[in-house]
Amino acid sequence: MSTLVEIRDLAVTFGSGRSTVQAVRNVSFEVAAGESFGLVGESGSGKSTVLRAICGLAPITSGAIHVNGNSLKTPRDPAFYRKVQMVFQDPYGSIHPRHTIDRVLSEPLAIHGFKDTEARIERALEEVGLSKGFRFRFPHQLSGGQRQRVAIARALILEPQILLLDEPTSALDASIQAEVLNLLDALRVEKGLTYVLVSHDLAVVSHMCERLMVMQHGARVEELTRRALQNRAATQVYTRQLLVASEGFKSQ
Amino acid sequence: MSALSTRDWLLSDRPASRRQARLGQAYRTWSHLRANKLAMVGLGIVVVLILMAIFANIIAPYDPIRGGDLRTERLLPPSWAHLMGTDDQARDIFSRIVHGSRLTLMVVALVAVIATPIGLAVGTTAGYFGGWVDTVLMRITDIFLAFPRLILALAFVAALGPGIENAIIAIAITSWPPYARLARAETLTIRDADYIAAIRLQGAGSTRIIWGHVVPLCLSSVIVRVTLDMAGIILTAAGLGFLGLGAQPPQPEWGAMIAAGRRFMIDFWWVATMPGIAIFVVSLGFNLLGDGLRDVLDPKGET
Repeated sequence: MSTLVEIRDLAVTFGSGRSTVQAVRNVSFEVAAGESFGLVGESGSGKSTVLRAICGLAPITSGAIHVNGNSLKTPRDPAFYRKVQMVFQDPYGSIHPRHTIDRVLSEPLAIHGFKDTEARIERALEEVGLSKGFRFRFPHQLSGGQRQRVAIARALILEPQILLLDEPTSALDASIQAEVLNLLDALRVEKGLTYVLVSHDLAVVSHMCERLMVMQHGARVEELTRRALQNRAATQVYTRQLLVASEGFKSQ
Repeated sequence: MSALSTRDWLLSDRPASRRQARLGQAYRTWSHLRANKLAMVGLGIVVVLILMAIFANIIAPYDPIRGGDLRTERLLPPSWAHLMGTDDQARDIFSRIVHGSRLTLMVVALVAVIATPIGLAVGTTAGYFGGWVDTVLMRITDIFLAFPRLILALAFVAALGPGIENAIIAIAITSWPPYARLARAETLTIRDADYIAAIRLQGAGSTRIIWGHVVPLCLSSVIVRVTLDMAGIILTAAGLGFLGLGAQPPQPEWGAMIAAGRRFMIDFWWVATMPGIAIFVVSLGFNLLGDGLRDVLDPKGET
């Protein structure tokens, strides 16, 4: 399989002088086309910052990011946004409170000059399992799970190849989590998407991703395959601790 | 469609069109506002002012500019023939106040139409871009804010020449800085929100983000502030009129009328008092309405 996203020695630094924060330190990984790649770590480990650096919301201090073999321009060009889209963690904060779902979905189409807006919006809603009745609602008339579906529809409406998922289910309760994860799984198979998923939840990552990387304090700890994770074949102490922590419930 | 089903249509959970969604939202805001008694009093006063301005020719019993017989009809006390008495030019004060509502309303409307967009544009641009854009725009705003409003308006009128149009321009130029500050503060709280990041990731340009996504969220607090400022605007216009720099005689501007009546304050109290009451009532109306709008429109109060 060909490499779709390649990250080499990425470092992200915020602030300057004494208040400098090194959010990401020399992280490298590759994601093949059609693959689902997980980034795992505790909060503050820099995993979300990696995603934000890919899509241009965080600065790249050093290192390089290649998508489809091309290095990224800053600011990103419109073609990049057609290829890479992101789903945010908090569905309550990621949809404009004064815009109807219709506006949320039609705006990206208008920006990129799509013609068949009506059909595309209806199809996008259908794909994420929302009925037509939702189209003209405001976000406050939707539940958290429904909002996250809208956010996924918004990300998919430009037909990207790569979806960046920033803890897409951590703000939802358990039953809705499973629904949204299954939806994401189904969409990936159907559309041949490539996922980069950030999560602190090892269960979510082992369900969704073929390969994953564990991060701590902005640096890489180790890279594992799903099988290695399921067999508890972690080589690093930190990863083992994470595994133990995620099992804390079961053993009791 | 019966009244009940219209209401159901407006409050529907599943609006079927863009128009229905928007009307439903407006209806919800309106029913919220209607519950506030004082705001409705304020709205009533503003509506009366608007109707008075539109139908001034029909309501006013006399000509506002040409007076009656100067020998017998000067400075008459309020009576059934002259509801608010007459002034020193034998003009019916009630008619002048009714026609003066046009000037007042024009001042208020034009200042709002000129100052609000300037304030919004400066504030949201400064807040959204930050950095040196923010510094430059906000220092300009500070310079305008540093002058007392009436003094700056006086300077502008003195430079542009007296007259109601120049007074309007002067007031508009001096009243946008608070809106810019307010819009900037609101913008700073929302510019890092995920929904702004999301639209940026959709490839939207800054203009689209500012006007389509930032401004709608700043608009409600700015509208509230503008409505509350209306009273101040009316008073500034009246103040300029009082100083002879606003509306020129014989225009029936309320502030100028008070200035003219000042000379007879002790003996003929109604000449200055009546326009004073008019200014007071209209200012109060706008304040009450603004207070009510704040309760309804303030996004932080929303559930």
